[in-house]
Amino acid sequence: MNITEALKIFKGGVPVPHTKRTEECEVITMPVPKTLIFPMVQHLGAPCLPLIKKGDYVKVGQKIGDAESPMAVPVHSSVSGTVKDIRSILYAGGTDVMSVEIESDGLQVVHELVAPPVCTDKKEFLKAIRESGLVGLGGAGFPAAIKLSPPPDKPVDVLIINGAECEPFITSDYREMIDNPLRIIEGAEIIMNFTGIKNAFIGIESNKPKAIEKFCSLLAGNSAIRVVKLPSRYPQGGEKQLIYAITGRIVPAGKLPSEIGALVHNVSTTSFIAQYIKTGMPLIKKKVTVDGSAVREPKNLEVLIGTQLQDVFDFCGGFKEEPHKIIMGGPMMGVAQFSLTNTVVKQTNALLAFNKKDATMAAESVCIKCGKCVEACPMNLAPLFISGCVEKNQVSDTVQYGVNDCIECGCCSFVCPASRHLVQSIRYAKAELRKLAHKAKK
Amino acid sequence: MNEIILAAAIIGIMGIVFGIGLSYAAKVFHVKEDERIARVRVALPGANCGACGYPGCDGLAAAIVEGKASGNACPASGDEFTEKLADILGIKTEKTERKTARVLCNGTCALSRAKYQYYGIEDCSAAAQIFGGHKSCKYGCLGNGTCARVCPFDAIAIVEGVAVILQDKCRACGLCIDACPKKLIELIPVSKNYSVLCRSKDKGPATKKSCDVGCIGCTKCVKTCPVGAISMEGAPLAKIDPEKCTNCGECVKVCPTTAIRKVETFCN
Repeated sequence: MNITEALKIFKGGVPVPHTKRTEECEVITMPVPKTLIFPMVQHLGAPCLPLIKKGDYVKVGQKIGDAESPMAVPVHSSVSGTVKDIRSILYAGGTDVMSVEIESDGLQVVHELVAPPVCTDKKEFLKAIRESGLVGLGGAGFPAAIKLSPPPDKPVDVLIINGAECEPFITSDYREMIDNPLRIIEGAEIIMNFTGIKNAFIGIESNKPKAIEKFCSLLAGNSAIRVVKLPSRYPQGGEKQLIYAITGRIVPAGKLPSEIGALVHNVSTTSFIAQYIKTGMPLIKKKVTVDGSAVREPKNLEVLIGTQLQDVFDFCGGFKEEPHKIIMGGPMMGVAQFSLTNTVVKQTNALLAFNKKDATMAAESVCIKCGKCVEACPMNLAPLFISGCVEKNQVSDTVQYGVNDCIECGCCSFVCPASRHLVQSIRYAKAELRKLAHKAKK
Repeated sequence: MNEIILAAAIIGIMGIVFGIGLSYAAKVFHVKEDERIARVRVALPGANCGACGYPGCDGLAAAIVEGKASGNACPASGDEFTEKLADILGIKTEKTERKTARVLCNGTCALSRAKYQYYGIEDCSAAAQIFGGHKSCKYGCLGNGTCARVCPFDAIAIVEGVAVILQDKCRACGLCIDACPKKLIELIPVSKNYSVLCRSKDKGPATKKSCDVGCIGCTKCVKTCPVGAISMEGAPLAKIDPEKCTNCGECVKVCPTTAIRKVETFCN
């Protein structure tokens, strides 16, 4: 059998209820909506500049935004139609961003430049990946081309395909594993081929036995790619936790996985690479799980990037009850949205709408120093002290508590009996520290 | 009986010896301290707010007497202090008008729209990180009280979701100005009663959509002001120049959204 158990089990974490209700829901392609909005930042990095003007006619797969910066990832149109407006809007990520509004004509005319990329060496492959607009589809949105080209002095010897999907509710990666396992394997082989990595692992949580079985049978004679059965514990899908589970290596604080010779890609990212090399169609659609207590018909959808949330929920039969909280992403790490005109972006893997009962949180009270957050933290931090520093307005003191190592998984807030805003205070401290560093530079 | 007398005598002699020793040491090791420092220190507000840049009021008092800091280095002190200082140091000081901080937002909970319900850390900077804050106007006061918490004089109150300066308590130290993530607080001479209580740089219709009392940039006040003290700041937003303003109040009469108001907030 081509299957191994996890080598190591990370410390901490929480056994969250999985609530994967949409596991058996096959992916339905959503019809093309009328109006789509494309924020010029759908990645971690510098914003893109719009390449088109108001009134232009754009086609499917046409590049509509790009920038010189190496960290920028181009944005492509997912529909054919007319550019209605280019304006600054508050996008799902939380900041004001130049956005392009396109009214689709429903014809879905494909752009002439969409053709399979010619890749003969690594340089061409990386360029093709950048042009495809690919970012890490797991949720953080790190530019995939950058991840695929670690510094030359850090040899990478292990490729890990992340199929853990440890967040509750989300099943979009699971569906990808069930529906397109061959494509994922092909994508992994392409990455191994161009980067020269010899060993690959596909990490899947034990609560997805069907996916494990599928990959085991498909990879039966393959000695290069192995399946790893991971314990179902949140946040098993965190990059650092996954590397530790599979290789036993620990990513040093403040460093990237390439430091210890590991490269991690999500199953959807891997699958996209295989498809892109074949068809040349850039990243224009996303598999999205729509679920939550306020949604009438939970579904797995294939949604065009740029689709407004209102259209997505309407397609799922609207709301059964008035939604009190709408989250983009999973309930542990996702970001609550304030408007249904916000759009599906590259990082979106789930849209959850909760009713009043599920969305109401208990009132915050004082920290009783019980240490539950310390126990739950998979990064060995002490969230209570970080939160304490923030409360006392001593943000620079949080550095000594390792605030920058926090992966914002939300375990501490989840277990806190006083319902303290631990993750928010950590995010706040990180942002304030960035501001201070920026000031110091000046 | 003898033992008691003996003990008392020994203690008494020891007391005299130590007393002489200590008084001698006090003379020999005497450090001369400028008594003016203590007097200046008493004249200062004593809040140790640090707005002057020195380590508390003691630090500033020493610096003023040593001539390292100027007589009006304490932003929290007004003319009363400068007069006292002139008396202590025997110098002449110029009179400056007392200033007060003013929060340039009037969009209370009832008058402005919410973007979403905020549930998180009670801090404006933290709230402002989430989609620019929970008010639909991205320039408006969030009312989580960060300014009130930094104020060393208890001069800021949060009234219906907006910070209000109690002008008689405010000493214009400026700590709140740095604390406000929306940069809504300004120092204004305390005698100037009129201000445009809005910082929205959005266009008129957008401002109107998110708040009933926002400045929509209609320029009526600019045309009305008899001394030309009001100008548009490059955006559809009026601004009163306190240097020119004569407190006539004509602008209030024409403002269609009541964004311009007479501000006189004092604690009772």
